[in-house]
Amino acid sequence: MIKPVFIFSFLCLSFLIYSAKIYLTPRKFNMEKANNKIERAVKGRLVWQKYNCQSCHQLYGLGGYLGPDLTNLCSDSIRSKAVLKNLVKSGVKQMPAYSLSESELNSLIEFLKSVDATGKADPRLFRITPTGMIERRE
Amino acid sequence: MKKSKLNIENLFLLTALFMLLLGLCFGLLATVCYISPHFLKEQLGFISLRPLHVSSALFWIIIGATGCVYGGLKIIGKGEVNPTFAILQWFLWLMAIAGILKSYFNHEFGGREYWEFSPEWALPVVLAWLCFVYNFFRVVRKIKVWPVYVWMWLTGIVFFLFTFLENYLWVFPYFRSHFITDMTLQWKVNGSLVGSWNQIIYGTAFFLMDRMEGSQKVGRSKMAFAMYFLGLFNLMFNWGHHIYTLPTEPFIRYVGYVVSMTEWIFFLRIIYSWRQTLADIQKNYHYFPYRFLMASEFWIFLNMGQALLMSIPAINLYTHGTHVTVAHAMGTTIGINSMILFAACFEFLNQGRTGARSYPKFLRRSFWLLQISLLVFWLSLNLAGIKKALWQMSDNQMSYSRMMDTLHLYFSTFFLAGTGLFISIALVALFLIYSYFSHRTESTS
Repeated sequence: MIKPVFIFSFLCLSFLIYSAKIYLTPRKFNMEKANNKIERAVKGRLVWQKYNCQSCHQLYGLGGYLGPDLTNLCSDSIRSKAVLKNLVKSGVKQMPAYSLSESELNSLIEFLKSVDATGKADPRLFRITPTGMIERRE
Repeated sequence: MKKSKLNIENLFLLTALFMLLLGLCFGLLATVCYISPHFLKEQLGFISLRPLHVSSALFWIIIGATGCVYGGLKIIGKGEVNPTFAILQWFLWLMAIAGILKSYFNHEFGGREYWEFSPEWALPVVLAWLCFVYNFFRVVRKIKVWPVYVWMWLTGIVFFLFTFLENYLWVFPYFRSHFITDMTLQWKVNGSLVGSWNQIIYGTAFFLMDRMEGSQKVGRSKMAFAMYFLGLFNLMFNWGHHIYTLPTEPFIRYVGYVVSMTEWIFFLRIIYSWRQTLADIQKNYHYFPYRFLMASEFWIFLNMGQALLMSIPAINLYTHGTHVTVAHAMGTTIGINSMILFAACFEFLNQGRTGARSYPKFLRRSFWLLQISLLVFWLSLNLAGIKKALWQMSDNQMSYSRMMDTLHLYFSTFFLAGTGLFISIALVALFLIYSYFSHRTESTS
């Protein structure tokens, strides 16, 4: 029988290699091209965390369950930037009225725009393959 | 009679029970927000109540698991833990808990989902865990051949530390500047962290079974080791099933899918050994801690069946982002983790080697109220989730707000069942605390 310590070590090594592969993913993207908009979006992510938006809202179906998924909020033509700002400031249902600064609001919107640009979260836009896997429809 | 000292494991288990009581209160208040939107909206609101509930519940599990390991080490270990490190660990936990809860009350956030506190509060948690790592290795290095539960405790302790640190990679701009990688890492961490404390708690279940049977049959069996390594393999690689819809690297989704499907082996084994499980229940039903272990087997069956279905991407497409996921999270934390921890609390705090007749009638009734409430709770969340799933796949969608209004009946049932859970769990927890202190008073008088 193989000693447990060998199996344990082998699995740990595989896990570390797998983790390292994921850690290196951002290197594929040319970060030197980062401009003001990206910087603001990154700040917006921290605003999202500071006000705990994730408690009620989701991005790609990940997060809370009280409010709607906000992944593609910015491509929704009904909601203009001004409407969104008013919504945050006045609150609705369980959502309290927030007193974000103008800079924080702009960063948050820039963050949501950058999330929107990464893809669509609507599950209706996927198709099921014969293996049971899902793929985005072209 | 000589005055008995407070044991380290009991200190942690009592602290964990206190966190459980707090988590129950916050959980009940958070549930009210679902059916009454303006409830405490200006004072606390759902944005504070949810993290207050989640963090308290997580600390019940993590600190309770710590107490179980200390209790187990005391029985099987040849050496002793360093009490200074253990007490320091406990104080660091108290410091972290006080800071975290205070920050939630003051609406000061800054972290990620489930760990919404500002990153500086992670520091005492890490330091406390390092004390635990030291004490664990101090004892187990003297054990020549490790039973499976020592391996499971080791895995849980080491991986908790690794993934908890990984949880804070986002503080480095390199990681948070690429949103998709950032989300991938966040869910890699969440998946593995759950796997880590599951290893400690399932390890405790193996330990308790050996102890109740008075043998080392379970802890040294080849089957137990095979299941342990399968669990470890899943802890490391199955988390991809959380992010099937995230536009991440395709290999992550495929690895998550394939590895998750290996859990069918666990599931088939449960079905295969069902007859034996029933015989065991009949044989040991009189023994109160065993009832909680057996209840956890039932909940493992239900939740693992659900998890396996949810890990198939074609089904996950429907259930992802719905209350089906909440049902699974609640079903596992209450039905599996809490049941095993209760069994351990009865064993360590209550010196549980007495028949069920020794326990008050209200406790036996509480046990069944807990099981029935949890089943109703789990079903109502699943039904709400299925309704949301149908809505999100429908071509003629009503607004999100209107859809949520149509779920009112399920949320009301969820609230009623939640109240049942609150009462039954609180009764069990208060009984454990009361009987521990009354036993101490008796033995010191």
